[in-house]
Amino acid sequence: MRGKPSPGLRAYGVVVGTLLILPTLVVIPMSFSASEFLSFPPKGLSLVWYREFFADPVWMAAVGQSLQVAACTTVLSVVLGIMTALGLIRGRFRGKSALQVLVLSPMIMPLVVLAVGLFFVYSDWRILGSLGGLILAHTVIAYPLVYIAVSTSLQGMDQTLEQAAASLGANRWYAFRTVTLPLIAPGVLTGALFAFTTSWDELILSIFLSSPIVKTLPVVMWQQVQTELSPTLAVAATLVMVTTIVLVAAAAWVATRRKVVQP
Amino acid sequence: MAELGEVDMSGATNATNATATTTGAAAAPARRRPGGTGWNLLVWPALVFLAVLFLLPFFQTALRSVTDPGPANYAIFWTDPVYARSLVTTFLTALVVTVSALLIAYPYAYLMYRSTPVMAGVLTLLVILPFFTSLLVRTYAWTVWLQQTGVINSALLDLGVIDAPLPLMRNLLGVAIGMTHSLLPFMVFPIYASMRRISPALVPAARSLGATGAFAFRTVFLPLTAPGVISGSLIVFVMSLGYYVTPALLGSPNNAMLSELIVNQVEQQVEFGIGSAIGIVLLALTLVFLFLGTRVVRFKDIVTGGR
Repeated sequence: MRGKPSPGLRAYGVVVGTLLILPTLVVIPMSFSASEFLSFPPKGLSLVWYREFFADPVWMAAVGQSLQVAACTTVLSVVLGIMTALGLIRGRFRGKSALQVLVLSPMIMPLVVLAVGLFFVYSDWRILGSLGGLILAHTVIAYPLVYIAVSTSLQGMDQTLEQAAASLGANRWYAFRTVTLPLIAPGVLTGALFAFTTSWDELILSIFLSSPIVKTLPVVMWQQVQTELSPTLAVAATLVMVTTIVLVAAAAWVATRRKVVQP
Repeated sequence: MAELGEVDMSGATNATNATATTTGAAAAPARRRPGGTGWNLLVWPALVFLAVLFLLPFFQTALRSVTDPGPANYAIFWTDPVYARSLVTTFLTALVVTVSALLIAYPYAYLMYRSTPVMAGVLTLLVILPFFTSLLVRTYAWTVWLQQTGVINSALLDLGVIDAPLPLMRNLLGVAIGMTHSLLPFMVFPIYASMRRISPALVPAARSLGATGAFAFRTVFLPLTAPGVISGSLIVFVMSLGYYVTPALLGSPNNAMLSELIVNQVEQQVEFGIGSAIGIVLLALTLVFLFLGTRVVRFKDIVTGGR
């Protein structure tokens, strides 16, 4: 009914698609370089920079702290995101649309300004350069994504199912846990994934809120980008990228399987 | 993978209707069940959380900008030409990025609209993948291509096309390439969503009344995608204003954006007052454009791309 797109338009799609994906992939061959300098195409292939990366305590500490921060941010964002979505969709109170605007705002406000503000607040509270501080800051920008994903699921859900459970004697928490939560699980999963990758990649807030001891992987990469360009940077970049892609693929796989199992 | 894109897209089409009916849908069960208002309590943790970790930081920044040492911090925009120029650079960059993203995204979204569902899924994935890849990694990868000794320049030099390396980064061109690349999804999705809302019978109807393909596209299809174009442009423009990583790595140090000056003042100069003042100017610009935008499209649609 719409007709096939013209060959010109399809060629355009191929060009744009290639330009979207290809440039980033350059870091993968670079990470396998045998030379001491970052170069493309790499001169010789080796795993020497991977060995270097995994033997370096600075990189390893950063990986560990990044994982901790991202995991905690995800849990906090999911809890807060589900509560907010339920409250905003099912609750009845004045100022609801204003609250919705407030909840979504962190996604669009200049992060540099938020980072400076949090830097002041954290200095007063003496939590500058703490993992807890980083987790809270990441949650500010990660949990609106959970909120969006969960509220989309909630709106698509048949609420009479939950009322049926209630009429059969389930209390609200039990009905939520056994009826609603399984139904909105795909939304929760998508939201959790967004939250994890947001924290895992976050740089600006982390630059301001980290310390020489507590710093995430992107912060160490940032410091390296500006000082020395060793191929371990390409290794870090490759690992950061692969982690995210594996997570996205896993989530997509789970989503597809769910469809098959529950038609 | 395509599944994930589909999840996003299906959201894109029904969200507008869904949000429009939210109040009605939520009100009904609350009436049926006496304890229904208990749901209200669930928003309190978020409210407290955002008050302390989102509103308070902005308030603190505003306070610092007028007390450390005084409101004279703002005078820097008159006294030092670097700051006035940065204001222009910030605007210009945001404008260039918005226009180039629009020019690239519109035909791409149109291709998605015309494609089979499977192909549209693949095209969605191609736009979404960079979105999932770390901004720092993507920007760093661009430096590999664009720098003086980068892939493009070396290739062109070897082929004898050019005699001296082309300045592809450390200027507006580099920033525009990097930022357009990462902001493209925010332009593609709202436009695509607005295209999907158009009844597929409209353009054939115009053609059956004698309009040529191009005329039907221009007078029927294009105007109906205006909401998507507006909200896409708005979010790309507003997000561009505050971008930091890409201009810092691909831009010219002599022509910094406001965000770079803020980082410089706070991190290097330890001038918290001046840094805060620039921050508040950047925040005010963002809010003004968002406010103007909400006159035309809803805030939720700006932020979520009509999802």
